Amino acid sequence: MPEAPYGDGPAIAPAGGGGAMDLATAEGGTLEQAPAPAGPSGPGPAGRPRSLWSDAWHDLRRNPVFVVAALVILFLFAISVWPQLIAPGNPLDCDLARAQQGSRAGHPFGFDGQGCDVYTRTVHGARTSVTVGVCATLGVALLGSALGGFAGFLGGVPDALLSRLTDVFFAIPVVLGGLVLLSVVTSDTVWPVIGFMLLLGWPQVSRIARGSVIAAKQNDYVQAARALGASPARLLLKHVMPNAVAPVIVVATIALGTYVSLEATLSYLGVGLRPPTVSWGIDISAASPYIRNAPHMLLWPAGALAVTVLAFIMLGDAVRDALDPKLR
Amino acid sequence: MRGAAHLTRAACAAAVVLAAGACGGGAPAGGPDGIVTSSWGDPQNPLEPANTNEVQGGKVLDMIFRGLKRYDPRTGEAEDMLAERIETDDSVEFTVTVRSGWTFSDGEPVTAKSFVDAWNYGAHLDNNQRNAYFFGYIEGYDQVHPASGRPTAQTMSGLKVTGERTFTVTLTQKFSTWPETLGYAAFAPLPSSFFSDHDGWLARPVGNGPYTVDSYTRGARMSLRRWDGYPGEDKARNGGVDLKVYTDSSTAYTDLTAGHLDLVDDVPAAQLRNVRADLGDRYINTPAGIVQTLAFPYYDPDWNRPGQEKVRRGLSMAINRQQITDTIFQRTRTPAKDWTSPVLGPDGGYDEGLCGVHCTYDPARARKLIAEGGGIPGGQVRITYNTDTGSHRQWVDAVCNSINNALGDDRACVGNPVGTFADYRNQITQSKMSGPFRAGWQMDYPLIQNFLQPLYYTDASSNDGKWSNETFDRLVDQANAETDPARAIETFKKAEGVVRDQMAAIPLWYQNGSAGYSERISDVSLNQFSVPVYEEITVD
Amino acid sequence: MGRYVIRRLLQMIPVFAGATLLIFLMVNVMGDPVAGLCGERRCDPATAARLRAEFGLDRPLWQQYLTSMGNVVTGDFGTAFNGQPVVELMADAFPVTIRLTLVAIFFEIVIGVGLGMLTGLRRGRPVDTGVLLATLVVIAVPTFVTGLLLQLLLGVKWGWIRPSVSAEAPLDELIVPGLVLAAVSLAYVTRLTRTSIAENRRADYVRTAIAKGLPRRRVMTRHLLRNSLIPVVTFIGADIGALMGGAIVTERIFNIHGVGYQLYQGILRQSTQTVVGFVTVLVLVFLLVNLLVDLLYAVLDPRIRYA
Repeated sequence: MPEAPYGDGPAIAPAGGGGAMDLATAEGGTLEQAPAPAGPSGPGPAGRPRSLWSDAWHDLRRNPVFVVAALVILFLFAISVWPQLIAPGNPLDCDLARAQQGSRAGHPFGFDGQGCDVYTRTVHGARTSVTVGVCATLGVALLGSALGGFAGFLGGVPDALLSRLTDVFFAIPVVLGGLVLLSVVTSDTVWPVIGFMLLLGWPQVSRIARGSVIAAKQNDYVQAARALGASPARLLLKHVMPNAVAPVIVVATIALGTYVSLEATLSYLGVGLRPPTVSWGIDISAASPYIRNAPHMLLWPAGALAVTVLAFIMLGDAVRDALDPKLR
Repeated sequence: MRGAAHLTRAACAAAVVLAAGACGGGAPAGGPDGIVTSSWGDPQNPLEPANTNEVQGGKVLDMIFRGLKRYDPRTGEAEDMLAERIETDDSVEFTVTVRSGWTFSDGEPVTAKSFVDAWNYGAHLDNNQRNAYFFGYIEGYDQVHPASGRPTAQTMSGLKVTGERTFTVTLTQKFSTWPETLGYAAFAPLPSSFFSDHDGWLARPVGNGPYTVDSYTRGARMSLRRWDGYPGEDKARNGGVDLKVYTDSSTAYTDLTAGHLDLVDDVPAAQLRNVRADLGDRYINTPAGIVQTLAFPYYDPDWNRPGQEKVRRGLSMAINRQQITDTIFQRTRTPAKDWTSPVLGPDGGYDEGLCGVHCTYDPARARKLIAEGGGIPGGQVRITYNTDTGSHRQWVDAVCNSINNALGDDRACVGNPVGTFADYRNQITQSKMSGPFRAGWQMDYPLIQNFLQPLYYTDASSNDGKWSNETFDRLVDQANAETDPARAIETFKKAEGVVRDQMAAIPLWYQNGSAGYSERISDVSLNQFSVPVYEEITVD
Repeated sequence: MGRYVIRRLLQMIPVFAGATLLIFLMVNVMGDPVAGLCGERRCDPATAARLRAEFGLDRPLWQQYLTSMGNVVTGDFGTAFNGQPVVELMADAFPVTIRLTLVAIFFEIVIGVGLGMLTGLRRGRPVDTGVLLATLVVIAVPTFVTGLLLQLLLGVKWGWIRPSVSAEAPLDELIVPGLVLAAVSLAYVTRLTRTSIAENRRADYVRTAIAKGLPRRRVMTRHLLRNSLIPVVTFIGADIGALMGGAIVTERIFNIHGVGYQLYQGILRQSTQTVVGFVTVLVLVFLLVNLLVDLLYAVLDPRIRYA
């Protein structure tokens, strides 16, 4: 079972499929009890055949949790691209004379320890968190499913090697790895942090991708295609991958939230992003010693962070429910 | 089992009623035998006198050792402790006479040999003592601690035991104020058990100070108890001190306010706003011999152009020291007015008029000076600091914001945090700094020489920016050779004037020692090294 | 079964070597630790060279790795920079962290599984929705925020607990830190149990059992719970390793002198010996726990037989 890449980390549990999936990977193929998370679904309610995806979409549109989460995320994306829309101020405009002051007209969230406007910084911080979350998740999902997919599809020696490599990375506690690797970074961009998440995050996805590829490989229609002489590349791309990708999407969506959270934890420990980058993690970390005197400095960025993580986890939850036919 | 736990708790509750708050650490109640619990940090190096170069280890050494001299906790003056007299005719050869009647807590008498053996141990390369360079002025140091290669001698030729209680020291150069450096912990005497059973000694150090080590769990706690046989005047007025290691100074402060700790000697910057409300007058804030500066990488051609002293002066004038010390540090730092420390006093070389306008906030002149000096190299100042110790991030951000506001450019200055102190020192040692960097100096002994020579003399041990100036070097040499202390100080001040004219480093502020304590204890004070004077603390 | 265990143990060897090599390389990326040992001064070159030789830092990296692994096999984990053997540090740190982990696991099992069963059996009811929402919030707030808030409220404002844990770290002082450490896992355990119970309730074997006329209580414990707990056990098992090594944040907030604290100090001081030593033990724990979890599977699920 993967360990979550944040905080004092537990695993991200893709509920339902989690245990079984892990088994299929941990045993190196000895235990053929892999799940079938995403078989082609039967005819939809309307009576005409529908794919898993259109079925899921049909469900999602009616799920209030999904709608709320999607709206929050759309809003986040919007202010990440155009923060000036709702916060025209300069997040780097700080005047010590205003340090730790509470809210007042034009500055609804008050000022932080350096006298910067908390509202402006909270809005502008969204971009960093969204960039880190999205880039890390995309990278991890692509790298992880490519490696895991190939290993699962090829089997044999490559599979055994990759499984051991996955174990190696799993054995390193994530926060520890972050402290070690990021403590020497001198760049003030977000890329080292994303790179680190990629390095320690891919095994999680790769395990799941491998498990679902193994499961999909054994489906009758894949065997049939193979019997009909389909090339391995076509088999993998046309038949196996589309049916193995659902669990990866589920895990990736939930992981996005945890990456955003991990960024903040790294900043709290004094590694990770650095000024003049504006980020919730940096602000939360700077505010945490002042929690007694000026809780507003902590609560706004922490609240924004929690809402963001919540939105992504809820989205992932809803997507999982929609993609997992067993729960229908 | 459960019943027993209940019983203990009930007993504790009863005891709390009888004698306030004694159950926390299981310490005996107040009175002359009361135990003080105090915050501590894990010493970085093994607790040997010549191997301890930070305050946490220094605290313990200050309790369990007494040297030839001791710095008066209030005035900072070096006073004779174990030294009966130290005589010299030429400021090169000194004759030391040790007082009689002193012993280590294991009963062994403190003799001339105790000092000479300790110093030879501290200086020898094979013993890996971090403070070995303190013995560098003594003749023969080069043989026991060569800059490269193997040592060619076991002991320094400049040290000779001439009697039970007398020994002579020969220096390599004139150093009139040398006896006043002898209050530093590295010069402490060592008992023979240090050499015969070294591991045993490290597990439970034995010294000649007012306290003895009762138990020591490395990384967690140390219990020190009053040594009743202590022959000195400064006997401990409490039963002992329990030092507890904290992972974080905020946690220690929180424990103090919750009544689980008696003394915190490092109140974190973020809590300073609360001390009045939390502690009332149980809070002290006294000057200490610490000055914070911004040093420059003179090895980087970009930062070593002729005429650039104007840029440095301009940066200095763009920093609103008063506002930062008031807001971020709540007046536990004082804006710097020279490159030494107020604890030296005007007679010792402190001069509050030395920096003058160059250290006063003046955005308009700052902009003008920086422009005249050719602008900031690369258009951006990156102030490098380490994030794992102290509250550096707050003030670096504040200094940068001050510079940015003065120059009207929100990216003129950015902080450049380094994750660990080790990596930070590594980058400095390898001359990798690309802009100004944090430089803190805590004095080893209260002499103006100690604030100037190690920091600004060519190739000195803490001259991290590799600043070099012939006039300065010449004046320091002159001052050291001066036999009259007052004249020596005047010459040092002339040298400091060179530092000012070149703005070799930007002085920021003098750091105070700050400490908070519980209602259980009184007579708490900090000495000039910001270490609590433990032996004077009384438990009510 | 025996052959399976032996094969798994053999597979551990490359994983163990790989993980220790990985951490060894990572710590070495951090650079020369000696510069940090001399305070705000430059170490004089002779002393620096001596120190490097003493800690073996002057030799090539592969030699350092092989020597330290060779020593580990004989139980020698080297010496930290303060002159203390790493084994001594471990003897102090591991008992504390193991206690903390046990407290956390206890909460995960009692609260997590309890809430999971409650919500799993009452799907769609208000209590289900409420708990589900609460778990989401717990997952969304970073651990250090939860920790700092609880410490401030319970320890400082209301004075219910000691804000910091004393060096002996007795169990009662570890309750709140354990809860903080467990919080996120607890939320996952709740959700996992809930899904699992809800799924299995509709399984054929449960229907059969009910149809057979077995008492409801027996169906619940012998059939439903036993089968539903399989994924939960995997999760908690894997979590033990993660909790032990991942408590850096919690231990820092609550002043707990455990493994996380030693690792953090080791990293700050770039003490290769400390970090590599502790991680080596953690890797071993992680691997063994994973093996145990897989074996436990066979006990819980009669369909699984290891060849």
